[in-house]
Amino acid sequence: MSAHPSSSLKLYFGIWITLLACTGLTVWAASLDLGPFNVAVALTIATFKAILVALFFMHLKGASEKLTKLVVVASLFFLLILLVLSMSDYATRTWS
Amino acid sequence: MPDSQLTAAHNPALLHHFAEPRQQRDAASLGMWVFLGTEIMFFGGLFCTYLVYRRAYFGDWGAASKTLDVTLGATNTAVLICSSLTVVLAVWAAQTCRRKLLIGNLLATLVLGTAFLGIKGIEYKEKFEKHHVPGASFQFNNVTIPGHPDQYANPSHAEIFFALYFVMTGLHALHMIVGIGIFIWLTVMAWKGRFTPEYNTPVEMGGLYWHFVDIIWIYLFPLLYLIDRHP
Amino acid sequence: MVTASMPTVERENYLNKHYGVGSWLFTTDHKRIALLYLLSITFFFFIGGFFALLIRLELLTPAGDLVQADTYNKLFTMHGMVMVFFFLVPSIPAVLGNFLVPLMIGAKDLAFPKINLLSWYLYIIGGVMMLHCMLTGGVDTGWTFYVPFSTAFSNTKVVEAGLAIFVVGFSSILTGLNFVVTIHRMRAPGMTWSRLPLFIWAHYATSIIQLLGTPVIAITLVLVAAERALHLGIFDPKLGGDPLLFQHLFWFYSHPAVYIMILPSMGIVSEIIACFSRKRIFGYSFVAFSSIAIAVFGFLVWAHHMFVAGISVYAALVFSLLSYLVAVPSAVKVFNWTATMYKGSIHYDAPMLYAFGFLGLFTVGGLTGLFLAALGIDVHVTDTYFIVAHFHYIMVGGAVMGYLGGMHFWWPKISGRLYPEGWAKLAALIVFIGFNLTFFPQFILGYIGMPRRYYQYPPEFQVLNVLSTAGATILGVGYLLPMAYFLWSMRYGKPAPDNPWNAAGLEWKTASPPPTFNFDEEPVVTWEAYNYDELNRLPVKQETPVAR
Repeated sequence: MSAHPSSSLKLYFGIWITLLACTGLTVWAASLDLGPFNVAVALTIATFKAILVALFFMHLKGASEKLTKLVVVASLFFLLILLVLSMSDYATRTWS
Repeated sequence: MPDSQLTAAHNPALLHHFAEPRQQRDAASLGMWVFLGTEIMFFGGLFCTYLVYRRAYFGDWGAASKTLDVTLGATNTAVLICSSLTVVLAVWAAQTCRRKLLIGNLLATLVLGTAFLGIKGIEYKEKFEKHHVPGASFQFNNVTIPGHPDQYANPSHAEIFFALYFVMTGLHALHMIVGIGIFIWLTVMAWKGRFTPEYNTPVEMGGLYWHFVDIIWIYLFPLLYLIDRHP
Repeated sequence: MVTASMPTVERENYLNKHYGVGSWLFTTDHKRIALLYLLSITFFFFIGGFFALLIRLELLTPAGDLVQADTYNKLFTMHGMVMVFFFLVPSIPAVLGNFLVPLMIGAKDLAFPKINLLSWYLYIIGGVMMLHCMLTGGVDTGWTFYVPFSTAFSNTKVVEAGLAIFVVGFSSILTGLNFVVTIHRMRAPGMTWSRLPLFIWAHYATSIIQLLGTPVIAITLVLVAAERALHLGIFDPKLGGDPLLFQHLFWFYSHPAVYIMILPSMGIVSEIIACFSRKRIFGYSFVAFSSIAIAVFGFLVWAHHMFVAGISVYAALVFSLLSYLVAVPSAVKVFNWTATMYKGSIHYDAPMLYAFGFLGLFTVGGLTGLFLAALGIDVHVTDTYFIVAHFHYIMVGGAVMGYLGGMHFWWPKISGRLYPEGWAKLAALIVFIGFNLTFFPQFILGYIGMPRRYYQYPPEFQVLNVLSTAGATILGVGYLLPMAYFLWSMRYGKPAPDNPWNAAGLEWKTASPPPTFNFDEEPVVTWEAYNYDELNRLPVKQETPVAR
């Protein structure tokens, strides 16, 4: 990985502020009554933060190879399989 | 996992089985990302468990979650975010040959990581005092379900919440401790002047690990603390 | 091109370069680590086999008269745990994979040699923990650890066994990590993905499973240990916990685990069939992508182990359908292997005999798997000996046959010696006969209703059980023979040339045994995989490489 120009410093601080702001946002959003959307909002904000950390702090965006991104995507895919296929059982049980 | 035994003398830490430094660095990078992939699955089992029970016992879990201290949780989130910043600044410092800044940021990361663990310790202590630790002394009586003031939460279901809370945050804290260990080692190496713009792979790799642990917390915070926080 | 060369046992190689216990225990040479693994997994194979022997002895008679019921529970539990986690999962990757992956791709070592050594030490630590557990009372939950029996009711050493498997699981994860990074980053110039031996493709696919699946069982065992030791009742039905959640998490790994056990064996079979048919593997890319497909699809079918456990019938339908699909890539491979042999020049050396055995027995095991994917049949034969026979056909008839075939095929490369071919053929025959006599009766037993994990049975089942035990004895002899003559060959075997089989592959282009850094010069690959047309046209006729 080549050395980053100093403009990347601005980027890092910008991401940092955004992450802190999102944390405040998610706490505030939790205090609103959005019914079933509370979960969606919380997870969306969390995912947005995670993507920022992964892309910019972990340098996934500038990764020299597609392979790195593939590793991340593949792991998340299999995690999704675990969650979704397990839920295919729990969500379709007709008894409590 | 990076395999970077630092050899002395003229050779800049190139290991014999690699043809060139770039290959060594690419191998370390792929190795660390693959390892983080395994960590996603490791925590993933816990997220699956969480998902199943949250669906089943939403009200009881809301009541249990509300007894966690949001201020401490949010503070810890901010602490970790700041530590991710210091980590990425440390990597930048290593790449631009700024030794003092590198060491400073590594130390700052250590301080912030320790602060996180300290706050976690305070939270655990509070849980212990309130008898929210699962086991024989667990108590969760007469706690109303948020939004249903006429219903009490089922203590057994709440006990499952707290069991998962301790396992998930405990496992996360264990990873933090390992991370602190790694960064202590990095600080010592940096102080000895081992990292240059040509060779700073361990700092980058340690950074990747630290950011990953941060990302786990980014998910743990809303999932554990913010289930049902509206008045 | 390769020509017959003088045996190179006397030259400096990885075996004689350094002497002393320290040079072995602190080695980072992948070939030495492979041999360390060979010793350890062989040891655990015999431990697991010992438990099998006791099981079969008990089952000679309908009454439970050799051991008590509780003891019998421990016997089949520890047989399963040791065989699955300490033999089948590590065996081929840690022994043959470790030895051959760098050689086959033209590298000097794996990407992370020290982590490779750490892998072995983790295996040993887990092994010692498991031995201690067995010697101080054992565990009786079945290798499947089902809750709430394992968390709340078993009086045996569940936590210790679980932690032992946790540790050995990390050995597996690190091996997989090493292979993936090595295959991506350390291939020699010219060794493109489409020139890789199918052994490498198989190990790459295996590594993906090891990396993605093992962490899930690791965390599951942690949860079981936490529930048992710390009363963190996550699966406790009294608190509202769901025992089926444990099964979901457990089988999410343990089903793909069976592909960890069979894929490397398939890789070996590809190499052997190509060499002893003197032909390129038919449908190379189909076989390569089938390996990846097996790895991916293998993660989609786990709940077929839970059809009668209480999952929703709609989920059962989904998993049943997916289980049919996962058989397709395996079938693709079987067809391609068969097509490879068609119009090939077949040689019946011992490795090829094992490959033939694999083909037949894996097919039987795989087809019976399809029976089990059908919900209607599965309801009747679940938890009977039909299941036991099914998985032993694949794991023993498939994986172990492949392992033995591979050990014979690469023995000259590993040891620099030739094994005695006559004895090897005899052993292969004994293994095949013993295996079928042991396990075919079990299909019938299961079908007519004998449950598994029972130490007593109705008298009308005795004849089949006696046949099975007789077969097991013969199988045991068949396994002891290779141990004996491999050891014998290390001292008295004919020194092996570089390429006794005139086989394709980079590993055959270096000495037998190889030097520590594998190749005198970094290879540059300019030919396709399985270039048997060129090898078959060799001007110099190789002398018969085998000892008679």
